[in-house]
Amino acid sequence: MTDREQNDEPESGSQEPSEASTAELQSETYWDPPAGAGADADVEPEPRGEVARTADKRRPLVQVERLSKVFPVKKGLFGRTRLLRAVDNVSLYVRHAETLGLVGESGCGKSTLGRTLLRLIEPSFGRIVFDGEDITSLSQSRLRPLRRRMQIIFQDPYSSLNPRMTVRAIVGEALQIHKLASSRSEEEAKVEALITRVGLRPEAMNRYPHEFSGGQRQRIGIARALAVEPDFIVCDEPISALDVSIQAQIVNLLLDLQDEYRLSYLFISHDLKVVEYVSHRVAVMYLGRLVEVAPAKSLYERRYHPYTRALLSAIPVADPSKRRLRVLLEGDVPSPIDPPSGCAFHPRCPRAEPGKCDVETPALQELEPGSHHRVACFHPHT
Amino acid sequence: MWDDRATRRFFANKGASVGLVLVALLLLFAILGPLLSGHHPDHSDFEQGRDALGQLAGSSARHWLGVDHLMRDLLSRLAHGARVSLLVAFVATTISIGMGAIVGLIAGYAEGTRARSLDNALMRLVDVGLSFPYLLLVMAIGAAVGETTILTILLVLGLTSWFGTARVIRSKTIQVRSLDFIAASRALGQSTPLIILRHILPNVAGPLIVIASASVAQMIIAESVLSYLQVGLPPPTATWGRMLQEGQRMYTATPRLVVAPGVLIFLSVLGFNLVGEGLRDALDPHED
Repeated sequence: MTDREQNDEPESGSQEPSEASTAELQSETYWDPPAGAGADADVEPEPRGEVARTADKRRPLVQVERLSKVFPVKKGLFGRTRLLRAVDNVSLYVRHAETLGLVGESGCGKSTLGRTLLRLIEPSFGRIVFDGEDITSLSQSRLRPLRRRMQIIFQDPYSSLNPRMTVRAIVGEALQIHKLASSRSEEEAKVEALITRVGLRPEAMNRYPHEFSGGQRQRIGIARALAVEPDFIVCDEPISALDVSIQAQIVNLLLDLQDEYRLSYLFISHDLKVVEYVSHRVAVMYLGRLVEVAPAKSLYERRYHPYTRALLSAIPVADPSKRRLRVLLEGDVPSPIDPPSGCAFHPRCPRAEPGKCDVETPALQELEPGSHHRVACFHPHT
Repeated sequence: MWDDRATRRFFANKGASVGLVLVALLLLFAILGPLLSGHHPDHSDFEQGRDALGQLAGSSARHWLGVDHLMRDLLSRLAHGARVSLLVAFVATTISIGMGAIVGLIAGYAEGTRARSLDNALMRLVDVGLSFPYLLLVMAIGAAVGETTILTILLVLGLTSWFGTARVIRSKTIQVRSLDFIAASRALGQSTPLIILRHILPNVAGPLIVIASASVAQMIIAESVLSYLQVGLPPPTATWGRMLQEGQRMYTATPRLVVAPGVLIFLSVLGFNLVGEGLRDALDPHED
């Protein structure tokens, strides 16, 4: 029974996005179009730290609607093909010069979402709009000019740099693809400026990636992304693989660069502390779906969704005298191949209501209108 | 890809240096040997006779390594055989490695993407190719072609030996393709041919070079086998394989007729294999 549902679902969902359940879920447009001067459009990014920022344009830079990525998975030679829903009906947006933090357990689809946003992975269903242009089905050649405006920084500083190329060639490639330097000497100068900007010495240019430490390699990756002067960077767990002492340096570098070049970040991480520190808004992901999206302060204070509550209670506190109530979840994250019906979180949820949570899928919506704090739960902690 | 450090690493490796010396000597021998000996490899020297026991003349000032059963200068024939062997081995390897690399890179890059049917088609072709016993296939084609020239030998050897290379390069390509620097290059908007050329090819070059050097060795053997089985270049052309075949009839009386080409085959195969391994280690920057 479940198998059949699995196999039938994507077809109906794919061809017919207006199909009843999907439509219901999305009945409320997630992002109000700029013409309507919708509520969100007027809101400036939530202040992060002491620095208040302003959104200079009304429409978001990146906007994703009902995005899904489904991978066919085949077990064994004669096994039937089943579908893994890595990203399931996700809608979100990132404004200019804003950081959207994306948190969740490993394997929940954070990285897949980030890469699908950049069309490094082809989306199964849904729509990706970059600066007003629908890029969901642009051909690679039509996409190329836009590639200059959206970049990615990777988690693994070892596999993200070609071991056969010098730093100069790695960063220079970005300039060559988009013809950002008219001569070799200009290219050389630009590469040197970028290398220096991310905190490396110019001598680094002629060396190979393996001659650098993890943190330095991450800086090279950042220089490569910066070379094309992007507006939007997906930071795919950029500090998870680094030494704790290096993490802060890289985070601060990213924040400085954001201030300097007005960059927008999608900051994917499972380090909740860091996400709180860098993000204007935070989205919580569970099993391919967004369960809560809110301005960072609001999310960390209110924690409407039981999953958010459990996740945030896991942040270690430096002060041993402060005891926090840990919310312990039972069981493991279910497989995205066979996600639970209704709210994907219901089998592990302390507040699950039989007959409701395991049947209906809660929509992501605001509890208090105008708060921009959206949660997908029938029984949020209010 | 190749720099001072790679050179240093290569020469720090004793085996590689020995291999390089062997290969260099072999090349030198192929180029200079016929000039040094001063004899035509196919011409009999009828001033040479057999002694009372029917033995062929041994080494002398006139024929440094003596003559074979048709009184032809052995050194001259060995040098000419070296030319044939090396020419066939290098050109056939180039054809084979080129085919294998192109097919492997394309199939590997297409694997699991929307172009996966291309990968499937290419790999089934490889499966068919690999299901034939290689030397049998070469011999069958060699026999079928009938009149054997150096060109047919090259094509037969080159076009029947790339299947394994394609398979290795395909799996290596799949491995490299999944690394983040490929995603980075795609995110920058690099075109697929350039991603394959600039990012994947250099990272599969290590195995490719090792396969190539092993292949040179294998081609030397294959050419010798063809000649030995008399489906290679027709007589009187001197090739190591044919010299082995002709010499074996007098093996007990005149072992040098078999030992000389045998040792040359052995040393050249060893030399190319040592160089290949040295190159592989030298090209890996992690070896520092």
